[in-house]
Amino acid sequence: MDKNKALIEIKNLKKYFPIKKGLLKKTVANVKAVDDVSFTINKGETLGLVGESGCGKTTTGRTIIKLYQPTSGQIIYGGKDIAKLSEKEMAPYRRKMQMIFQDPYASLDARMTVGDIIGEAIDIHKLMTGKERTERIQYLLDRVGLNSEHANRYPHEFSGGQRQRIGIARALAVQPEFIVCDEPISALDVSIQAQVINMLEDLQNDMGLTYLFVAHDLSMVKHISNRIGVMYLGKMVELCESNELYKKPLHPYTQALLSAIPVPDPEQAAARQRIVLEGEIPSPIDPPPGCRFKGRCRYAKPICSQQEPVFKDLGGGHFVACHLY
Amino acid sequence: MEKLLEIKNLETSFYTHAGEVKAVRGVSFHLDKGEALGIVGESGSGKSITMMSLMRLLSDNGKIKKGELIFDGRDLAKLSEEEMQNIRGNEIGMIFQDPMTSLNPVLTIGDQLTEPLIKHRKMTKQQAFERAVKMMTLVGIPSPESRMKQYPHEFSGGMRQRVMIAMSLVCEPKLIIADEPTTALDVTIQAQILELMKDLKEKINASIILITHDLGVVADVCNRINVMYGGMIVETGSTKDIFYNPKHPYTWGLLKSIPNPNEEERERLIPIDGQPPDLIKPPVGCPFAPRCEYAMKICMTENLPVFEVGENHKAACWLNHQDAPKVEPPVGRRNL
Repeated sequence: MDKNKALIEIKNLKKYFPIKKGLLKKTVANVKAVDDVSFTINKGETLGLVGESGCGKTTTGRTIIKLYQPTSGQIIYGGKDIAKLSEKEMAPYRRKMQMIFQDPYASLDARMTVGDIIGEAIDIHKLMTGKERTERIQYLLDRVGLNSEHANRYPHEFSGGQRQRIGIARALAVQPEFIVCDEPISALDVSIQAQVINMLEDLQNDMGLTYLFVAHDLSMVKHISNRIGVMYLGKMVELCESNELYKKPLHPYTQALLSAIPVPDPEQAAARQRIVLEGEIPSPIDPPPGCRFKGRCRYAKPICSQQEPVFKDLGGGHFVACHLY
Repeated sequence: MEKLLEIKNLETSFYTHAGEVKAVRGVSFHLDKGEALGIVGESGSGKSITMMSLMRLLSDNGKIKKGELIFDGRDLAKLSEEEMQNIRGNEIGMIFQDPMTSLNPVLTIGDQLTEPLIKHRKMTKQQAFERAVKMMTLVGIPSPESRMKQYPHEFSGGMRQRVMIAMSLVCEPKLIIADEPTTALDVTIQAQILELMKDLKEKINASIILITHDLGVVADVCNRINVMYGGMIVETGSTKDIFYNPKHPYTWGLLKSIPNPNEEERERLIPIDGQPPDLIKPPVGCPFAPRCEYAMKICMTENLPVFEVGENHKAACWLNHQDAPKVEPPVGRRNL
């Protein structure tokens, strides 16, 4: 698999949510959830996206597969900009891009059988009917480690880990190329998390899938991702190969974020020095000018309040947006 | 070391339409003064219910069937509801998982913080206000006087959890029970809260019981760990024993299923196959045996004994019997 060929190029992507007030629903302000983000997702890779809640990582994932209409910017999928396509023109791309959701309880329709949940997408895209469709559903259930007889059961009969498997089977039903995994394991127990992560890795190897893996559990993101992007308040602040990020984090925010990961080793935990960030993430409605992290940054200089740092490649595909470099 | 808490042979059940759910099945452990004890295990292992039993906060269909809950010389299982109210929030403070739902949305933070002081400590409003402001400062909430007049929705998640901690500390309890205190928070905020808890432990010399499923969190904060599974404690020992010299296959499984923080190449995770036991019909013998790759015949038939495997280190697993086959623990995280 050629991991350096771009599958999706995101250029200057913005997603603003308007805040409307008054009788005429006039837009009084915008929540700048994703504010000018550019990066590439390569074919067959797992790109991790991390950051605190409210940093825009989930919105980025949802905007890329156009669950949200982007405010501006380009999403180039296999050479074509899909950002402005109509719903009808999007149909073939919808099949190629799927999503696995965070909450395995809320993301499955309680009134549908598992077979119908998985089959729905097959029906919508008119891929198969009759016996072929049934066989496909059985194959998918088997692929995610469930029994074919589970097709006639309802979601409430399954545990959290099994439901997440159903969610994965549903995403695979239409033979996608690209899957956005939005916190797929954060609702699961530790021992079950490993089962789901291993399965995602196996499926990727067998089917050549590309993942955008959104999560806040940084140790698991490091484990599964080839490259990782760090977001802060709607901006991408650092992006590089995952080992490099953990060994040589450049952005002060990345450094603080990594030092905050709890280490499952008592001696290492006692030995290391934590960079405790003061304060909280500012409001994305009216983000501060210049660098958005400057208020919490240990190294802030005058230039950080005046000029927004450029997101640039420092060599070897290690991108960072910081005036220190 | 002086014992602050001793739980002896606790059994708690819930009576549901499906039958009796035996959530806690014979749990015994103790806590010394000034100690931080971690309780780890999956959902349904009984870790929260053990603590809810101790606080006597079980729902109506839950019942303590058996056991003693000796806290500071008294058996809490025998106290009346009125006597318990004098202990909750006063001698034992609780920090709950979800700061969004455990604060009352229609009362100001100030009202909620001063209530226990006025009730338990018979303080005047003014005295209580001053003490509450002091607690808010201690947990690192900026401009506490003005924050006292605000409502919970005006606080962020991390700030609300600080308020919860301030509230649990306001009466200077001897014991703080923290049930997944950082699960709902971001890592950076989690780090702030954990540093705060460690700091407070030193400052006010309180004992802490920390319930979590995050092994990283216990490694950081706790001196001793109980590993729970299927309503029982399957292994207990010092934090170093549990991480570097674990003696129960379930503990091995937990340690193997998290990514190695020092991995260079992607190492495959080793999950624990199968599902936790159904506590309506708990399996005979070891609850972990159906998922255990080392399970022997005796594990499914005999009552599970607890083996002393070291100083203050116990494991409920037949592999520690002198006649059991010698098994090399597969946990290679650190070789001591």
